[in-house]
Amino acid sequence: MSKAKPKVAFFEFTDCEGCQLQVANLGADLLELTKAVDIVNFREIMSEEGQEYDVLVVEGSIASKHDEERLKAIAAKAKVIVALGACAATGGVNNLKNLKSLEEQKKIVYGDVDPVKDAVAAKPIDAVVKVDYYVHGCPIHGPEFVKVMQCVLMGKPYKVPTYPVCVECRQNENVCLYDKGQFCLGPITRAGCNSWLPNNGVPCVGCRGLIDNPAANAQKDILEKYGLTVEGILDKFTLYCNAQKERAKYDKEFKS
Amino acid sequence: MTKSSNPDPERTARRASHSGGAKDVKIDVHYLTRVEGHGDITVDVRSGELKECKFKVIESARFFETMLRGRLIYEAQHLTSRICGICACGHSLTSIKASEKALGIVPHEDTLLLRKLLLHTEQMDSHVLHAYVLVAPDLLGVKSIMPLVKTHRPVIERAFRMKKLSDWAGEILAGRHTHPISFAIGGLTKIPEKAHLQKLREMMVEARADYAETVELFKKLALPSFERKGQYVALSHEKEYAFYDGKINVNGEKLVDPQDYLSVIKEEVRDYSSAKFVTVNKAPYMVGALARFNLNGDKLDKKSKEVASYLGLKRPCANTFMNTVAQVVEWGYCLEDSISILERLIKNGIDEEKVLVTMYPKKDQWPIKTRAGRGVGAVEVPRGILFHDYTVDDHGVVAAANCIIPTNQNINNLEADMRKIVPEIVGIQGEEEMRLTLEMLARAYDPCISCSTHLLDVRFVS
Repeated sequence: MSKAKPKVAFFEFTDCEGCQLQVANLGADLLELTKAVDIVNFREIMSEEGQEYDVLVVEGSIASKHDEERLKAIAAKAKVIVALGACAATGGVNNLKNLKSLEEQKKIVYGDVDPVKDAVAAKPIDAVVKVDYYVHGCPIHGPEFVKVMQCVLMGKPYKVPTYPVCVECRQNENVCLYDKGQFCLGPITRAGCNSWLPNNGVPCVGCRGLIDNPAANAQKDILEKYGLTVEGILDKFTLYCNAQKERAKYDKEFKS
Repeated sequence: MTKSSNPDPERTARRASHSGGAKDVKIDVHYLTRVEGHGDITVDVRSGELKECKFKVIESARFFETMLRGRLIYEAQHLTSRICGICACGHSLTSIKASEKALGIVPHEDTLLLRKLLLHTEQMDSHVLHAYVLVAPDLLGVKSIMPLVKTHRPVIERAFRMKKLSDWAGEILAGRHTHPISFAIGGLTKIPEKAHLQKLREMMVEARADYAETVELFKKLALPSFERKGQYVALSHEKEYAFYDGKINVNGEKLVDPQDYLSVIKEEVRDYSSAKFVTVNKAPYMVGALARFNLNGDKLDKKSKEVASYLGLKRPCANTFMNTVAQVVEWGYCLEDSISILERLIKNGIDEEKVLVTMYPKKDQWPIKTRAGRGVGAVEVPRGILFHDYTVDDHGVVAAANCIIPTNQNINNLEADMRKIVPEIVGIQGEEEMRLTLEMLARAYDPCISCSTHLLDVRFVS
């Protein structure tokens, strides 16, 4: 980065804008960050828009042709692209609509009228543009965003944890949710959220996406203890995991 | 709309010359800023007449209703809280209410108190964001809160403190505010700690000082005067200022059980908008803080009533811009009611046995057997009444779902307001001023466009 403060722009696509809210809620950390960068576009809190930026932070999935074109145009101006949150990073819950025929869903929601001719299957932003940094989670975990931004500023890569949520969950001394008769994706979901859901008595749903090569890296002792398989778990909880299972398909369809 | 009720002769003259064939004025506020969503306003004014008025929302359709079909009802609150990051707790609670109604589950009183408390803190979170971060800059003549950090530092610090209070409340009550974790069908998966409840009570008592300052700030700021007599819809409850519980109150004329919401609330699809158009009595209506105040203001506590009258808010109020003032009044009400709920919970304790549940049925309860049925949940979320409507089969699987979001309900009303206000300001205000007035009008509704599950292009063509 040059000596001048890098300019950071936030843009959102199809999503709930909750991840940007996590950023807005950083409070003191956000003010600290503004010492190092100029935020030139953050529509949730400001109405002026900067035309130039170095770092592009993108929230939301791509779910229409309009989204796709807009992302390409916005990305062309950026030096670094950060995917903010599950929708941008993996497609998030938006992927659930891909499990069913779009035509059929339009019919259910709108009947014979089709006001959304523009709609396409939901996909993560890296199906359209190259992404340099990923902040996973639905929503993102604030402290991880700060870490990622530090890496962006130093021009260093950020390493997303490769171990499963179980590791953090044990450090937090939670009772295993399998012991409570619940079904949890902690053994195959990448850590980094400080086991947010299990800390509050709720099973992990896999919002941060799967660990790399789950067959090799899953929390094996838990799987063995409860007689589970990676595929078995994946088929059971599809709120987010569908994203990664379908991933190969997106790549083929949209990157070529 | 003018700031004074007496028309200024010079302005009238300018308007006359404008309508005498001056150049057309076209305003296109692309990507309406400082609203939580994706709005476009395009107003095309020719010869002083309003020809075209659009409130365009360029949010892609999200299909939550079809995503829900075929999923377990126990996943619904998780999924639907993702409709909106700003009113995530409201969606989660509405979803839980609809699910419980369908399944025939009646939660314990302590659970209800905790839900009301969580909902109050979300109203506070959203209202402070709207009043300080989105509206105050307009009233202080700047584009965003960023310049205010330098010029009005204590104001911004106060806003952050007030925001932080409700963020922290969300954290200790539900694990986090966006998206809440521990509130489940039938109860909570984790009981909030007593020490945290005590701390929250202390913080809330301290926050009274910040609230008093907030009231003074909004006393000083002049809101545009404007009037359009319209329709109002909100939940009403015989005993309290309704947020979590109540019947649908239509213009103070009739009360309808939420389960029968479709008998009064009509949805219509038009081919140019992915947002369904919603009407009551075949006409637009307003939901949100002003609607609640107009219909339920008599249920406010004495202190909140005093604040309302101090800020010039009188029932019934037909000035949409006053929605922000109604939010300020509600902030104080929520603060006081939260303090009394907290005191009750601290004094009596929370009945853990009755409140603690798991999010999903336990392993030995599979395959799942439930009652089949239909349940409608209606809750007052920051921007107005929210409906979730689920039909569930006897395996706890969602067969059909419908959600009606406050912003969807308000868009028709915003359009009606614009139709009234534009001829009033054409020729009186310059392009920039008009642009700001229209933006402010839209922002008064606090439109949460990302919320609107099926919103894409809303076009209003005259």
